[in-house]
Amino acid sequence: MITYEWLYILAGGFFAVWALLSLRDRRWGNGAFWGLLAASFLFGSHIGDFANGVLVLAMVAIAGLGLLKRSDPPTTTPEERLNFSELFGNRLFLPALIVPLTAVVGTLLYNYTPFGETGLFEARRETLILFGVGVVVALVAAIVWLRPPALAPAEEGRRLLDSIGWAAILPQMLAALGAVFALAGVGEVIGALAGQVIPENSVLVSVIVYCFGMALFTMIMGNAFAAFPVMAAAIGIPLLVEGFDGNPAVIGAVGMLAGFCGTLLTPMAANFNIVPAALLELDDQNGVIRQQVWTAIPLWVCNVAIIYVAGFWLWN
Amino acid sequence: MNYWPLLGIALVVIGFALQFNPLLVVVGAAVATGLLAGLDIVAVVEALGRAFNDNRYISVTWIILPVIGLLERYGLQQRARSLIESVRGATMGKLLVLYLGFRQITAALGMKDIGGHPQAVRPLVAPMAEAAATKSHGALPEAERQKVLAMSAATDNVGLFFGEDIFFAIASILLIQGVFEAAGYPLTPLQLSVWAIPTAICAFLIHGGRILAMDRRMGRLTPPASGEERA
Repeated sequence: MITYEWLYILAGGFFAVWALLSLRDRRWGNGAFWGLLAASFLFGSHIGDFANGVLVLAMVAIAGLGLLKRSDPPTTTPEERLNFSELFGNRLFLPALIVPLTAVVGTLLYNYTPFGETGLFEARRETLILFGVGVVVALVAAIVWLRPPALAPAEEGRRLLDSIGWAAILPQMLAALGAVFALAGVGEVIGALAGQVIPENSVLVSVIVYCFGMALFTMIMGNAFAAFPVMAAAIGIPLLVEGFDGNPAVIGAVGMLAGFCGTLLTPMAANFNIVPAALLELDDQNGVIRQQVWTAIPLWVCNVAIIYVAGFWLWN
Repeated sequence: MNYWPLLGIALVVIGFALQFNPLLVVVGAAVATGLLAGLDIVAVVEALGRAFNDNRYISVTWIILPVIGLLERYGLQQRARSLIESVRGATMGKLLVLYLGFRQITAALGMKDIGGHPQAVRPLVAPMAEAAATKSHGALPEAERQKVLAMSAATDNVGLFFGEDIFFAIASILLIQGVFEAAGYPLTPLQLSVWAIPTAICAFLIHGGRILAMDRRMGRLTPPASGEERA
């Protein structure tokens, strides 16, 4: 049976290659950071909780000290890229399409045809495992088709990875924070508090408070990812899912999107809202946000309605 | 009841608002929450290590980077540009609505770096929108011109945010999965990502409608009489 462990060994291999290329490039911080992440993928299941915890602290220390730098591995020039793009045309999109196609079609086949009875994949893990399969197929297809220099796929990947930097593990770290919140009983405490505050156990009011909290915390923190474990632990899980028997998939997915409405409204999300105002030389630093206000507010209302209707009405 | 662990939530909010390194903020909040819940420091490090280890699948998504990087090496961005340029001659409203749909669909297929402000909006979408608006409505007052540029950037954001979550192998979907799994609710990525579709449709209708309304409003502003300009 194919499990996540296989996927972790694959990913560990990728990160190990990136770590080695970083070391070769004399970017020691990057080498150490991606090396530790590779170790987590390759050995995390065997070294025990405490060693994993120390590994996390070491990675955070490297990032916190600012030792992670962007890199500029050798690549093609803009002129070469323009020529290639004319040569290859829209077929350039095809390898990228292999990945979602493999995962979605594979998942559907696995769940709705006898293929699923083979028990090839670990239960509920098939989509992400098939994503890994899709990546390998797409990579092989692209290499066979484009015939790049041997190291080019790894170096191009490193270029993108280093432009993301430590933010690459932020979602994983936030999910870990959610787990620590759950362990510490944060949800129970807030659930008890909210039970006293929200009038007459109203589902609608609770949904509004949840979505409002997602948008508000996202605006304050500039990041819906960070708001999510907080609001899920505070209201989403203890109140909406456990208290009112809501559909967890809708509450999770659409709650995050209510947070994205907050991202449209805050200067804290500088990359999306402030940087483009500067790039476009707008007089008003908040000019982009102003154009987003009347999309964000009605869309937020839509999200409340979707959670209320699909998460509760249709669900029960 | 012990209310102290709630301080961890406050730490996350304050730390992000003050723009400390987010990884430091998150780990600091996790350690504080664990200690305040009465765990000793070794138990806290163990809990953090186990939680990080259990959520490794979220970071697996980065293995797609060599595919995208390789395609970029051979002109993926440039190809996306010429697709966008092929609608030259359209009105500003039509152009931005098409870009909105293009951005949502490509993001939903996992190509979220195909647009973006430095790569697409500044060099391409914003100048094209401005040129189209000038062509239909004559020279624009400066404030209106800036609104067209700002709307181009806004369209990129809306298209990305409300397209990307339809792609299942994206950090936000897997983060939701991780948080719910830790709380005892196992979900699959596809179960979550299909619920991004209704909001994506709403976003297209709302933002697309606003773009077209802006185009019509500018039509009423002309012939160029800057006195009529409304804030």
